[in-house]
Amino acid sequence: MSILVDDRTRVVVQGITGNEGRFHSNQMREYGTRIVAGVTPGKGGRTVDGVPVFDTVSEAVAMSGANASILFVPPAFAADAILEAAEAGLDLVVCLTEGIPVQDMIAVRRYVDEKGTSLLGPNTPGVISPGQCKLGVMAGYIHMPGPVGILSRSGTLTYEVVHQLSALGIGQTTCVGIGGDPIVGLSFPDLISLFEEDPATEGIVLIGEIGGGAEEEAARVIVERVSKPVVAFVAGQSAPPGRRMGHAGAIITGGAGTADAKIAALREAGVHVAVDPASIGELMRAALA
Amino acid sequence: MQIHEFQAKRLFAAYDIPVLPSRPATTPEAAAEAAAELGFPAVVKAQIHAGGRGQAGGIVRAESPDEARRAAARLLGAPLVTRQTGPGGRIVRTLLVEPAANIAYEIYLGVVLDRARRQLVVIGSSAGGVEIEETARKDPEAIRKEWVDPMIGLRPFQAFRLARRLGLDGTTAGRVAAIVRSLVRLYQEKDCTLAEINPLAMTDAGEPIALDAKLTFDDNALCRRPEIQKLRDLHEEDPLEVEASAAHLNYIKLSGNVGCLVNGAGLAMATMDLIQLVGARPANFLDVGGAATAETIEKGVRILVEDKGVEAVFINIFGGILRCDVLAEGVIAAARSIDIQVPVIIRLEGTNVEAGRALLASSGLAFRTASDLHEAAGMIAAAARGTDEHLGR
Repeated sequence: MSILVDDRTRVVVQGITGNEGRFHSNQMREYGTRIVAGVTPGKGGRTVDGVPVFDTVSEAVAMSGANASILFVPPAFAADAILEAAEAGLDLVVCLTEGIPVQDMIAVRRYVDEKGTSLLGPNTPGVISPGQCKLGVMAGYIHMPGPVGILSRSGTLTYEVVHQLSALGIGQTTCVGIGGDPIVGLSFPDLISLFEEDPATEGIVLIGEIGGGAEEEAARVIVERVSKPVVAFVAGQSAPPGRRMGHAGAIITGGAGTADAKIAALREAGVHVAVDPASIGELMRAALA
Repeated sequence: MQIHEFQAKRLFAAYDIPVLPSRPATTPEAAAEAAAELGFPAVVKAQIHAGGRGQAGGIVRAESPDEARRAAARLLGAPLVTRQTGPGGRIVRTLLVEPAANIAYEIYLGVVLDRARRQLVVIGSSAGGVEIEETARKDPEAIRKEWVDPMIGLRPFQAFRLARRLGLDGTTAGRVAAIVRSLVRLYQEKDCTLAEINPLAMTDAGEPIALDAKLTFDDNALCRRPEIQKLRDLHEEDPLEVEASAAHLNYIKLSGNVGCLVNGAGLAMATMDLIQLVGARPANFLDVGGAATAETIEKGVRILVEDKGVEAVFINIFGGILRCDVLAEGVIAAARSIDIQVPVIIRLEGTNVEAGRALLASSGLAFRTASDLHEAAGMIAAAARGTDEHLGR
């Protein structure tokens, strides 16, 4: 079992004819992901490495039966591409693009909510259910199937945690990046609830960072309805206030969004919080024992 | 991106937000002339990208051209240290000269993104001239909010309601409501991340005037706002940060003793945390990103060792899109072309890790390689301690 994606997920790749889109489509197929169509406006009728390309997402969905999409689209066109995917009725849209203006995402988020589409990102490495489906750009080989669900605002820090877990022989049900932007689609509370309901997931790792209130929201949901052990790490304990730490959403403003406040809220909710990023895997092992 | 008060006030004027007539000045003579033209008493205001200028002596009242000239001569070219600048302060290069206003009372107005609700929020407070965070702590009752619906925008009745709830009466409330709507329009049309009038002063005649102006902008939207991009003042940014951004490196200078180079923002923050945890202090944040080449890595290493405070360098890479062999090539090229005087600790994992480690090992250079974060932490602690002893601390 897993959440969001599995071996039945049928994927359309938006922006499949670009370098990144083509390269990662092949990487995903090698991992076993079912890529059934591609979309690039104006390039319909071609094929890319055997995958049929359509002009519009709705056409691609009608012809291929896709139920999820992944976007390799530059920032200036990404908001439109998300809207097109939601309008076409896809269940899940993964947006990797970094650099979408925040105001565009305010409207996009409202629209995908109305359509009932689950949006992952923007500015996410994607989602992987090890051994079943990879919808993203993470290195597949560091993952292994197993009992831990991971949700994160980061990319490479997630790989680090996956690596620590796999090295201890602890596999993963699904690893999800929610994205590093101030406004993203699926949130920590949404995903924690999905992991709680997933029978194969026995423990949850939450990787947060400074800025916003996603970790505090997660803490509230954990108190209300999570019975499984949760381990967390909050990046940015050493970050200065008022500076954007790489991710557009990682900024302490007016004393709000500090790592200390988030760690306190998570501890209050009974979460095992790692202070040392090198010991997250070991903490999960102890929590599962 | 931040801009200066005088630039923000020009944008205010273009959006019908009332401001005083004013002149920027870059010499004492120009400041004296501007003050004489605008009338006395005048106010001479230092233009830097930081708040707290008033308490720091950066805003000076002048009763004569001579006083304006003297104030300008004292401020220009000197660092101004406020509670937001850090101990080094910021060099004042431009002044804004305005006539002093007759103020009956002041309020606060601001527009910002409410991340939890995923919409813009207009914040008003009857405590003008006070930072909104301070009001939120000490007098939360003074704060009023109206949210901007993404589909229908801020409605006129909301703007008027906000003004009434701030205790303003009929005519003044109408004028302030118009300013609220203008501020939201400015925020949306120019892709701001903060639009703030603090204080918005009411004159004896009940006329509102924006006495200060603060606008910050969404870096992701600058490409579609060339008129805003032009307002960037590189003097206000750290020279190493300017150099890094030209090389597409995401670098923030801090004041610690261990420099770090990392791929990915989350891992970069976690790496800083690890450095702090072992008793050293991170000298910077540096995310080289996934698209880094050997050249950008080399550039990144150079920027790290140019920082005089750096006593050790820690390179922490989890290869994904960025391959470990590419990273190794860049680090080796940097070490061959510059004389690195501090220990370099490298931890590699992920894509092409074996090739990367082999390159480092066969380079003949004195890198210290760690196989995981635990080992790296120990090496950082030892290196930081070692240099500390060496410096006799």
